[in-house]
Amino acid sequence: MNKCTERIFNGLVRENPTFVLMLGMCPTLAVTTSATNGIGMGLSTTAVLIMSNMLISILRKMIPDSVRMPAFIVVVASFVTIVDFLLEGFVPSLYSSLGLYIPLIVVNCIILGRAESYASKNPVLPSIFDGVGMGLGFTVGLTCIGIVRELIGAGQIFGRQVMPESYEPFTIFILAPGAFFVLACLVALQNKVKGSLAKKGKKVPKSAGCGDGCASCASRGICGGHLSASAETDKTASAETDKPVSEETDKAVSAVEDKKEQEGA
Amino acid sequence: MNEKYNVSSSPHIRDRIKSSSIMLMVVIGLLPATLFGIWNFRHENAWVLVVVTTAAAVLAEFIWEKLMHKPVTVNDFSAVVTGLLLALNLPPTLPWWMGVVGAVFAIIVVKQLFGGLGQNFMNPALAARCFLLICFTGRMTYFVYDGVTGPTPLADLKAGEAVNTMDMLFGFTRGTIGETSVIAIMAGAMFLILMGVIDLRIPGSYIVSFVVFITIFGGHGIDPQYITAHLCGGGLMLGAWFMATDYVTSPVTSSGKVIYGICMGLLTGLFRLFGGSAEGVSYAIIISNLLVPLIEKITLPKPFGKGGERA
Repeated sequence: MNKCTERIFNGLVRENPTFVLMLGMCPTLAVTTSATNGIGMGLSTTAVLIMSNMLISILRKMIPDSVRMPAFIVVVASFVTIVDFLLEGFVPSLYSSLGLYIPLIVVNCIILGRAESYASKNPVLPSIFDGVGMGLGFTVGLTCIGIVRELIGAGQIFGRQVMPESYEPFTIFILAPGAFFVLACLVALQNKVKGSLAKKGKKVPKSAGCGDGCASCASRGICGGHLSASAETDKTASAETDKPVSEETDKAVSAVEDKKEQEGA
Repeated sequence: MNEKYNVSSSPHIRDRIKSSSIMLMVVIGLLPATLFGIWNFRHENAWVLVVVTTAAAVLAEFIWEKLMHKPVTVNDFSAVVTGLLLALNLPPTLPWWMGVVGAVFAIIVVKQLFGGLGQNFMNPALAARCFLLICFTGRMTYFVYDGVTGPTPLADLKAGEAVNTMDMLFGFTRGTIGETSVIAIMAGAMFLILMGVIDLRIPGSYIVSFVVFITIFGGHGIDPQYITAHLCGGGLMLGAWFMATDYVTSPVTSSGKVIYGICMGLLTGLFRLFGGSAEGVSYAIIISNLLVPLIEKITLPKPFGKGGERA
């Protein structure tokens, strides 16, 4: 697969920021009271994401490692300010319903996460497509949640009445608790679909956050390279030092207990 | 040395009482309030809502456990208790399908998703009631008695109007199906106390702390009429005797039970006097349910021989 289309597929399905990476939960839960809000928020974030990924990728050799975070924030904040003014000027109704959450795109962890883990290490073109993929994945996620919440909670989709007049809306779904219910159900649903695909032996996108190999992974430092490899080394290490370790822990435990008893007495 | 010792982990003292027999006793304890509610709201056909909600709770449990290939636990009557308690907490005019929605929410979301009986972190019936209250606020606060719509006595009390305490004691007022008659609730509660199902610590500390709070902050001082009206109004009695005492969601330690009761008393008083709506028992109980693990943590008794005072 071509590198660019691979990035879009990665953002939409394999590392979908909403349903798989669980990033950007604050806007996800807060603004998805309707499908329109969801799509508006998703597209604004996409715009910021594409532009910031592009600029950070261009500047990646110039930004010193020690001040990269402030540099990323400045880049992201500039684009968010532009988007903020554009929305206020051209779609005031969306602007007023998204409210505070537009300036908060600056601290959206999807944008900083992509800047840190992808754009700052990769060439410009893949970075742009990474932004497109991640942004569209986020948009699809928010729109799905928005559609479900609006349908159940207000009987409408994109502001149009679709349920019959006699339908009594479940108001809780457009209030805060409904966001959690819908998000949980949709995540469960997509895990179920992926699980049943895996059972059938089809080629399944890996659902873990490290589908792309370790080179571009942000949490490489934590997992220490390859998962299975590290597990094996752990095993052999523990097998070799099994006895002394357990004796030592026993000693440590008894020492702690002794100390406690002394304190108690 | 031929004797065989039975080596097992604690508990070593076992009782013949099973979950199902306790749940059955709770159902019997709820019967007076249920029957009175059905008679009291006979013009509103309250029996339909009670039957449908209870049946939906049992069916939801049965179907879910079949679908998930789990052992079917319908026989332990816990779903009956949940469905019945939920029905008693609904206004008699509610459409029956909303009762079904509530019952399904209680059983599947609050109980089964967390692992079934014994694992639910808050009272399923009350959680479902709050769910319905947020979903269908208008329907859930629409009270009728003998064909006349109006506020509940508790709302009257909050508005500063006079209420008939005798009617509230006997239950001839507006309200949810099971909460109106204090006498019917107390009859069922007495049965449960005599059978040893209910521990007096929880309802006792709940009601006492509530009365203290109302006396201090109610603005009426020690006015027996006002305090009685607060005690007989709303879901306080039903909540204190039947829902706060739910084994799963109340602390196991004796001092913890008192703290839990005081928590509920203070929260109920706070919600009733200073909150937006006249009633606050449901929210007080489910918030206290959430505090139960913390309460148990601080009131855990020390095992014999551990710790103790410093010499």
